[in-house]
Amino acid sequence: MSAPASLAKRVALQSGYETMSMLRNGEQLILAIVLPLLALIGLVVTPLLDSLVLEGAGDSRINIATPGVLALCAMSTAFTGQGIATGFDRRYGVLRFLSTTPLGRTGLIAGKAAAVIAVLALQVLVIGTVAAFLGWRPEPAGIPAALLMLVLGAAAFTALGLLVAGTVRPEATLAITNLLWILLAAGGGIVIPAAALPGELAAVVQVLPSGALGDALRDAMLAGDFNFFALLVLAGWTAVAGLAASRWFKWS
Amino acid sequence: MLRSDSPCLQIDGLIKDFGPVPALEGKMVRVLDGINLKAFRGQVTALLGANGAGKTTTIECAQGLLKRDGGTIRLLDGDPGRPTPSLRARVGVMLQDGGLPPSARPIPLLRHVAGMYRNPRSVDGLVERLGIDSFAGTSIRRLSGGQKQRLAMAASLVGNPEVLFLDEPSAGLDPQSRVIVFDLVRELRDEGLGIVLTTHLLDDAQRLADYVYIIDAGRTVTEGTVPELINSKRSAGTGRVLTFEATPGLDLETMVPSGLSAIETRPGSYTVTGPVTAADLAALATAWDAAGVMPTALQLSPRSLEDVFLEVSGKERR
Repeated sequence: MSAPASLAKRVALQSGYETMSMLRNGEQLILAIVLPLLALIGLVVTPLLDSLVLEGAGDSRINIATPGVLALCAMSTAFTGQGIATGFDRRYGVLRFLSTTPLGRTGLIAGKAAAVIAVLALQVLVIGTVAAFLGWRPEPAGIPAALLMLVLGAAAFTALGLLVAGTVRPEATLAITNLLWILLAAGGGIVIPAAALPGELAAVVQVLPSGALGDALRDAMLAGDFNFFALLVLAGWTAVAGLAASRWFKWS
Repeated sequence: MLRSDSPCLQIDGLIKDFGPVPALEGKMVRVLDGINLKAFRGQVTALLGANGAGKTTTIECAQGLLKRDGGTIRLLDGDPGRPTPSLRARVGVMLQDGGLPPSARPIPLLRHVAGMYRNPRSVDGLVERLGIDSFAGTSIRRLSGGQKQRLAMAASLVGNPEVLFLDEPSAGLDPQSRVIVFDLVRELRDEGLGIVLTTHLLDDAQRLADYVYIIDAGRTVTEGTVPELINSKRSAGTGRVLTFEATPGLDLETMVPSGLSAIETRPGSYTVTGPVTAADLAALATAWDAAGVMPTALQLSPRSLEDVFLEVSGKERR
C-alpha cells in the first residue's frame, strides 16, 4: 500500500523546490537581490538620509540604510516574489495538482513560507556582506530582535502576498504586488524612515507593515531597542491577512 | 474483478452548486443533481458525457478538489472531502489542464513529486514507459499537448496509487501518444488499479472502459458495460449495423430481408440496420449472387455507443 513521506520531508522538499524556482527566475532575482543592492548603494551615496544622520549621534548613512534595505528584502521576496509565483501556479493548476499529492494544501503553504525564509536568509547574507564592506556596524544587542522582526515581517508579507495571489488573476497580482512594492519602497517607511516623511503620512506609515518592519529593524540595529508597537502591528497584519487568505483564497 | 466486490470509489446522490452567478441575479446553479456511481479495482470506469455535463465536477469532488454540497463519497476507506495525506498517497490524479509548472523540466518535476511518497514507482521506469526521455531536456511550457499529457500521467502514477483519476486522458493526444497512454491504462487495470476516467469521446469509452456511466445535465442517466449499453432493451430492434459497398443503384427493397431497414448513403455505399441474423446474411448473399453483384467491402458492427449516447443524453435540450 502506498504511503506518504513524512510531513517534515514533504515540506522540506517543497520549500527546496520553491527556493530553487525563485533563485532560477531572473525577474525574481532582480527583485530579491539587485533592487535592494541598488537601494543600499543609492542611500549611501546620496544625501537622502542625512537629516537623520545629524540627529542620531554616530549614525552613519550605511547604518540607517541597511536595516531598511533588509526590510525591503522581506517585502520583495514574501510579498511580490511569492505573490506572483503563487498567482501563476494557481493559473496553471499547479496548486491543484500538488494539493492532490500527500503534500496537500497545508504542506504547500508551509513549503512556500519556508522558501520565503530560505531566500530571505540568502538576501540577508548578501546585503549584510556588502553593507559590512561599506562600513555597516549593527548594534550587537539588537540582532536577535531584528531577526525576530524580520521573520514576523516576512510572515505578514507572505500572508498579504497569498491573499492577493489567491483572489485575483495572476496578471492583476503581478500589477498590484509590483505597484505596492514601488509605492511602499518609496513612501511606506521601509527604507526612508517614517520620521523623515511629512507629519500626516508618518502616522499612517507607522501602522503599515512596511513602516512597522522598517522602524523595528532600525530601532533594533541602530540602538538595540525592541519596538513593541511595531511587533503588534506586524502580528496584526499577519493575523488579519492570514485569516482573510484562508477564507477567500481560491485554489483554481 | 467482480462488481460485487467492495468498490474503491462509491458516490451516492452527489450534489454540487456553483455560484452565485452574476448573470443570473446572483443565483446558485445546480451543476450536479444526484450523481451515483461505483468504481472497482481492476476495472476502467468511464464517465461519459457531453461538455458541461458535469464529469469533471464529479471527479473533482471525488478527488477532494471541490467541496460537495450534498450526497456521500467514499474513496477507498476515506472521505475525499476531508482528505488525509495517507488517503492522498493512495490516489493518483491527472488533471484536465495538467497542473504542471511551465518552467520546470520533466524529470526533476517527477523526482520532486516522487519525494512526497514513501514507496514511489521508479521515475526512470515511468520515463521510459511513457517515452518522456525523448523530451526530457525541454521545459514544460514548450512541450506539445501529447507530451504534456504523458508527463501528467507519469506524475499521477509516480506515487504508485491504488486508484487513478484521469480527466480527459486523450485530450490533445497525437496518435502515437494515444497508443502509449491507452496501452498503459489497460496494463494498470490488469495490475489491479481502479481507474476512473472522464471522456466526451465515445471511441475512448468503447476502447477502454469496462463499465460506463453516461452523465447528462448533472445526473447519471444510464450505466452498464459497453455491450450491455449497446444491447440494452431500449434499443431492441436496432441491434446491428451492416455496411457494404457495391455497384450503385441496387434494388434494396427486394434484396434486403424484411424487418431490416436499408439505405444507399451515397452512390455504391449501403447501410443496413436492425436485428441482423445469420439467416439475413445468407439471404442477402443469395440476392447478391442472383443479381451478379459482389460487394467490394463489407462490415458488420454492433450498434454503436454513439446511438445509445444520443438516445439517453440531451433529451431535455431537444
